[in-house]
Amino acid sequence: MKTEVIIIGGGLMGSSTALQLALRGYKCLVLDREYPGRHASGVNAGGLRRLNRHPAEIPLSVAAAKIWLNIRDLLDSDCGTQFPGQIRVAENESDMQKLEARARQVEKLGYHHEEIIDREELYQLVPALSPHCLGGLMCRDDGFGQPFHALTAFRYKASSLGVEFRIGARVDQVDQFKGDWRVQTPVGSFKAPILVNTAGAWAHQISQNLGEPVPLSPGSPMMMVTERIPRFLDPVLGAASRKLSFKQMPNGTLLIGGAHMAKLDFNRERTEIEWRKLAVSARTVLALFPQLKDVRIVRSWAGVEAFMPDHLPVIGPGLEPGIFHAFGFSAHGFQLSPVVGQVLAQLIAEGMSEFPIEAFTIERFSSAKLISKQKVV
Amino acid sequence: MKSHYSLVIIGSGPAGLAAATLAADHGLDVALLDEQNQPGGQIFRNMESMPASRVEILGGDYQRGQELVEAFRASDAHYFPETRVWSLNTQGEMGLIEQGMARMISADKVLIANGAMERPVPFPGWTLPGVMYAGAGQILFKQAGLVPMDGVVLAGSGPLLLLLAWQYIRAGVTIQAILDTAPLTNLLRALPHLPRALMAHHYITKGLEYQNEIKRAGVPIIKGISSLEAQGEMSLERVSYRKGLQRQQIETQCLLTHFGVIPHVYLSRAAGLKHHWDHHQQCLRPVSDEWGETSSRTLFIAGDGGGIGGARSAEHAGRLAAFQILYQQEMLTKQQRNQLAKSDRQWMREDLHIRPFLERLFHLPPALLNRLPDNTIVCRCEEITAGEIRREIASGHDHSNQVKFITRSGMGACQGRQCSQAVAQIVADQSNQVISSQSLYRVRPPVASLSLGQLASLFPEEQE
Repeated sequence: MKTEVIIIGGGLMGSSTALQLALRGYKCLVLDREYPGRHASGVNAGGLRRLNRHPAEIPLSVAAAKIWLNIRDLLDSDCGTQFPGQIRVAENESDMQKLEARARQVEKLGYHHEEIIDREELYQLVPALSPHCLGGLMCRDDGFGQPFHALTAFRYKASSLGVEFRIGARVDQVDQFKGDWRVQTPVGSFKAPILVNTAGAWAHQISQNLGEPVPLSPGSPMMMVTERIPRFLDPVLGAASRKLSFKQMPNGTLLIGGAHMAKLDFNRERTEIEWRKLAVSARTVLALFPQLKDVRIVRSWAGVEAFMPDHLPVIGPGLEPGIFHAFGFSAHGFQLSPVVGQVLAQLIAEGMSEFPIEAFTIERFSSAKLISKQKVV
Repeated sequence: MKSHYSLVIIGSGPAGLAAATLAADHGLDVALLDEQNQPGGQIFRNMESMPASRVEILGGDYQRGQELVEAFRASDAHYFPETRVWSLNTQGEMGLIEQGMARMISADKVLIANGAMERPVPFPGWTLPGVMYAGAGQILFKQAGLVPMDGVVLAGSGPLLLLLAWQYIRAGVTIQAILDTAPLTNLLRALPHLPRALMAHHYITKGLEYQNEIKRAGVPIIKGISSLEAQGEMSLERVSYRKGLQRQQIETQCLLTHFGVIPHVYLSRAAGLKHHWDHHQQCLRPVSDEWGETSSRTLFIAGDGGGIGGARSAEHAGRLAAFQILYQQEMLTKQQRNQLAKSDRQWMREDLHIRPFLERLFHLPPALLNRLPDNTIVCRCEEITAGEIRREIASGHDHSNQVKFITRSGMGACQGRQCSQAVAQIVADQSNQVISSQSLYRVRPPVASLSLGQLASLFPEEQE
């Protein structure tokens, strides 16, 4: 059977898209420059968060949350998911006002998943928290998963439905050839009428090659993990006015993120930890949990992720017929991945998606005269 | 401690001591950092406080350590004991813990002289209490005068095993047996290299001397054993092994193993230096030249951390790196450097003669790593077995980093120091790959213990 769709990038978005297409009977080939999950998809914080999403992302995120709650139905694996809730903590009056304004904004959009919790409830949920906090904004069944496990589950499920994955398939060139898109890689040249660009931090190179340049900047958010300590924290914590994502994993380790960026040598694919910024990250954790000062950090790392200037992804058809994009998730794509696969599969199979994706068009980065020439194949 | 030095040397073994003394004697502003509380490194551990009786037991090499330490103490080099380096980059910036306090310092040049570590080799029962590395046995003896109870069994291969046995005999310990895991074919492969090795014959003389004394003491050396297992309920009760077609066992409560030493590459890898896989030494080595220059202009490497050569070579390598740094810092001309470095270079060249012989004689049979029974724990921190690792490889995770992500092997307290080699070997073997510099887990800093509070104390000026 002839390949109908080539997907460039075997990370979460690519594997999820491949799975959804396979469920619709498409024959897909996924090309990955190294191995799936080598960068952002494999090493991110694994947050399953609707809390504090950009309004444009809320419909997708809400739909994704429903899938994650029953992820085993889709992927035959629970992907290490847990749903203890996510809380953004207010440390002072102005934080509290900020969170209340946010709660009203979400309500106004017709959603009820973000709730203000008062001081008493906050300390019931997080008794170990430093006593200065005033309350928080919470999504009760937000949580987290294990990114590499989730990615692997997507990949296995897609493979079981006939999707082919080629690793080490770094794309050298994409062009049109007798009505197909032709993708040249060190492991061979491949053709298909439909091309999906889910190349993460390399997606701008693919879109550039297709004549659809985007202002994507690769960046490397840093993470730290500590030794195991006795259980003291269930929900995932953020803070209203600090960069923080903080959780205790089921095995007792603490996972600390906050989108502090490492130095990145993009061409050599090398990141270097910026201790200067991780020191700030450590101070943030200790401001909320001073009792953790002697806990040892065992590991820090930074994955390579695609950031867009407006921190919103590109999801949707490209400017040329037969091209579809999903990239630039700006370090909050993990939770969206099951839905993004659906969106692209719907666009490809049906020519339209049930989800609102106008905010994510690639045209928002084109000059005014570049009107979409898109005709869905 | 200042925030900047011309030269920072990491490690006060023979390489670090020789380099620090020489560089300081030529007027360079040198800081020597070391995690112990006295200079000497592992080889000359506890040098300055050791009672004469113990020095006597440890043997002649210790005298050389005394000379090195004394010369270093007499020099103007700044010495910082109980100091660990937890990060290093190619700009010469490093993060330290000095006596519990976190610091960031920098240097024009950094010499990594952090030595070797025991080659970790998992085998059934290796995590039982009572099973230790020979190196740990040596630390206990040097540091505290502790020796195992009578009936200890030594197993593995490599010069250190013989040395330790010799030292224990001199300390009055009754060794029950030495189980030699080197295949008998190793000797055949090594023999063609013997004539060249004789050019550096002091090693061979010493080795034979150890062997003779061990035999004289009546300790059986059982050669060519395989399938080593430590057995017991809560702690070690017996050692079992295969000799020929038969399985034998020895009752004992203490087993010391040794499978050679490998460069301690965690710092050099964290710094991003180029490394290569040395198929003879069966380990990863930083790429470096005769002068200890690496893939970075700022970072130098000397001693066993750059490739196993032993204590005497480390001393000369340390001096060569110091000469090169002095030359690059314009404190010596090229002619002066070449003149002064003549005897050290000569030593290093002659010393190379012994290596092919030793490397073949003590070559580790790959079966030790890749034929592990499925229920053997490979990652002892996270308790991941060989079987779990093989299952993930079989389902398509054909790189140790993927195996790590999916099983958590290498994610525990030691950060893969104990299992990375074995996992890489199992992956390579099962997926028909040749092991290379890319085969091991990626190194994630900090490479030494660092608490949240220690990190939080750094860069106080940095705002969110």
